[in-house]
Amino acid sequence: MMKLPLALAALTLAAAPALAQNVVRLGSEGAYPPYNFINDANQLDGFERELGDALCERAQLTCEWVITDWDSIIPNLTAGNFDAILAGMNITDERRQVISFSDAYTPPAASSYAALEEDADIENGVVAVQVSTVQASYVAQTGATLLEFATPDETVAAVRNGEADAVFADRDFLVPIVEESGGEFVFVGEDVQLGEGIGIGLRQSDEELRETFNTAIASMKEDGTLNEMIIKWFGPNALTFD
Amino acid sequence: MFSFCTDPATLPDWQWFACYLTSGTHLAFYWSFGVVLLLIALAAPSALLFGFGGALAARSHVAPVRVLGKTYIAMVRGVPDIIFFLFVPIAIDQGLEYLMHHIRCPDWTQPVRRGAEFAVCAQAKVPLSNAPAWVHDIYSFGLALVAFALVFGAFAANTLYGAMRTVPRAQLETAEAYGMSRRQVVRRILLPQMWIYALPGLSNLWMILIKATPLLFLLGIRDIVYWARELGGSKTSIYAYPHGDWRLWYFLAVLVFYLLLTWVSERVFERLMRRLSRGQATAAGERLRRAAA
Repeated sequence: MMKLPLALAALTLAAAPALAQNVVRLGSEGAYPPYNFINDANQLDGFERELGDALCERAQLTCEWVITDWDSIIPNLTAGNFDAILAGMNITDERRQVISFSDAYTPPAASSYAALEEDADIENGVVAVQVSTVQASYVAQTGATLLEFATPDETVAAVRNGEADAVFADRDFLVPIVEESGGEFVFVGEDVQLGEGIGIGLRQSDEELRETFNTAIASMKEDGTLNEMIIKWFGPNALTFD
Repeated sequence: MFSFCTDPATLPDWQWFACYLTSGTHLAFYWSFGVVLLLIALAAPSALLFGFGGALAARSHVAPVRVLGKTYIAMVRGVPDIIFFLFVPIAIDQGLEYLMHHIRCPDWTQPVRRGAEFAVCAQAKVPLSNAPAWVHDIYSFGLALVAFALVFGAFAANTLYGAMRTVPRAQLETAEAYGMSRRQVVRRILLPQMWIYALPGLSNLWMILIKATPLLFLLGIRDIVYWARELGGSKTSIYAYPHGDWRLWYFLAVLVFYLLLTWVSERVFERLMRRLSRGQATAAGERLRRAAA
């Protein structure tokens, strides 16, 4: 049985004579609509799918998408299982200690609380967040009780079930949920600005790839295609670049 | 799937469900049942093989082999399964890449481990980054399989080791008295008879193996538990088939699947037990003999 990986390795090596074209593997979560999600045809879809494909086209890279758990997305990057993260990851100093980031491809995004009642206690109540997010670190510093979940969907379900008083997440993720809940969900309290915008997560040693993506992002900002994409996926009220 | 599925929002209920249950993600969900069955089908014989090797090594007359066998059994049995499931695939993967790195990029000057990073040259990636997605899938499945075989092999080794010692000593001595060599005694007397003693333990292991398959999810393989959670979660209108929180129903389906699988297994093991008891010097064997007489 131990021979299996070796045999497979030999097979893959034999199948690829030379690295004629380097493939850049892009990691995403596939569970954070409208940033990234698996659509009903079992394809990765969303803002970051479209953006990533456009960036790769501009940079003339061959890219391939890999879906992985949010939990293990940074370890998988540093272990070399893929080369870049496009998964709605906010640029923060804490993450900068482990990985590096491209320039932001969204303006600093607002995070919001959503709850079943207008007067939900977001200050001292139970607040559901996704694990290892900027929102999780933020709630940990408030007086609220932190309730962490592995996936974004579970944080919303926790509020529906009454397990948590409110959910705290990127506003762009919550907007469709609140709007389509038919009045069940409401936004509570003030929006909070967290992070420096969303960027591509890269290995610190991959300077070259960072530069490549930065150039592509800059050109998309310049000709307005990035703003168009933001409005297409997050609606006309979304924050755009000047 | 069906021709009427182009605009799901306008469909009556039964058609909506027909389309919903045959969407691309659902087909992947159904496929993942096959992946789980395949894992069980491959992991069980591999674990048995590991177990057999471990048991034979543990009762070997050569001291180093015996120590190796006993260490394997003690080590894997003494460490929580989850640790092993997390450790083995990463260790094998990085070990392979490290090896390939030294073979393929001998001129590489930078260290492989840089802070948190594990960076080998592009030619040493296993599988190569330009390999098609299915190669990556098979590779990670292979790593998971090795982890399952290693862990369950150790338990099987202990069961088989015990079973080998339970075969009545008198039988082996009789064989020796007939002039059989030690190898012949093992092959002709010991191995055919030990199964009846090993079976209760092995059937337990089989059940545990079935129940351990959701660990695949932990290894990043999109198994039935992943899909149940993913598909059951509430969906906004960005999806073609928006719905509320249906996780209960999806987990219920997975639960029924596992119950069915273990139920069928129990039946099979019962029959196997009866079969192997025939002519054995055990209570069950004796009952069979009396019933026939």
